[in-house]
Amino acid sequence: MILTAETVQQVKEVINDKLINDNVQTVLVIDGAGNILAHCGKDTEGLDAISLAALTAANFGATSQIAKLIGENDFSLLYHKGEKANIHFARLSGEMILVSIFGDDVSLGLVRVRVEELAVLIQKIFEG
Amino acid sequence: MALIDLGKKEVHCKIVYYGAGRCGKTTNLLYIYNAMSDNDRGKMLTIDTKGDRTLFFDLLPLNLGKISGFDIRIQLYTVPGQVMYEATRKLVLKGVDGLVFVADPLKVRQERNIESLNDLKRNVADHGLDLTEMPLVLQYNKRDLVDTPVPTLTVEELEQDLNQEYQVPGFEAIATKGDGVFETLKEISKRTVNYVANKHLFNG
Repeated sequence: MILTAETVQQVKEVINDKLINDNVQTVLVIDGAGNILAHCGKDTEGLDAISLAALTAANFGATSQIAKLIGENDFSLLYHKGEKANIHFARLSGEMILVSIFGDDVSLGLVRVRVEELAVLIQKIFEG
Repeated sequence: MALIDLGKKEVHCKIVYYGAGRCGKTTNLLYIYNAMSDNDRGKMLTIDTKGDRTLFFDLLPLNLGKISGFDIRIQLYTVPGQVMYEATRKLVLKGVDGLVFVADPLKVRQERNIESLNDLKRNVADHGLDLTEMPLVLQYNKRDLVDTPVPTLTVEELEQDLNQEYQVPGFEAIATKGDGVFETLKEISKRTVNYVANKHLFNG
């Protein structure tokens, strides 16, 4: 995949507008191989984004196998709740995955709605 | 699938170390991790079981300097070698750009090496790739066992078993001591970067 500076800039702008400006801490867009395509928000101290991206890609691969075991094609989103931080993963088009990390000051409902909106916007940006 | 970031002028490639269980894939990564400076390596991620067998994968990100103004960033992965983890191996191979096949020299592992290479060929084919056209390097590991009473395979026998079809470079290695580790990494990195550049930059 070839990424241009313009594409990354446009993706970051829509992510900032939809998630970061509403207090979501960090958002990553990654591809199915675990590469980071865009990284927005606070550089959470100690966040190892490379490992997070690799594990996310592998985790999605593993859960899509679980999906097949119960007769589903894939799971389009995953969510893990922590004590202070929560993480939401959503499958975008073109095998991309959107990862959002947020605290308890942000509602899961808001993240889900905004991620759905972002999925359409990001697809349009990558399709040019 | 390599990523070429024209904005940051970075090329990201994924190289996977493949081979039967206990052949020394993780040992290669650990040696590289310990030998490189903090500036050139990222954090090494390992998901293993209590018995130190790789459960999912190991990951080691490296910076290999600049070529034509682009920073070359390589992510080294290993797969779990045991036969039962085929589904996991297939997952880790997603988006692979280059491969190192690590062979075990023990005579009792001769069949396992061949099975593992066939498994690799099948798994990359499932991702729509042809192993004969991909960057591939063989590593004949544990050559220090040759001087012990344990029955081992000669390099010629390993070549006969594994390299007839591919005709790619093979490196003798003792990964625990680092012998041959960087020679293998250098060759596969060179081949992978050439492959990615030809595929994505020069052919549009």
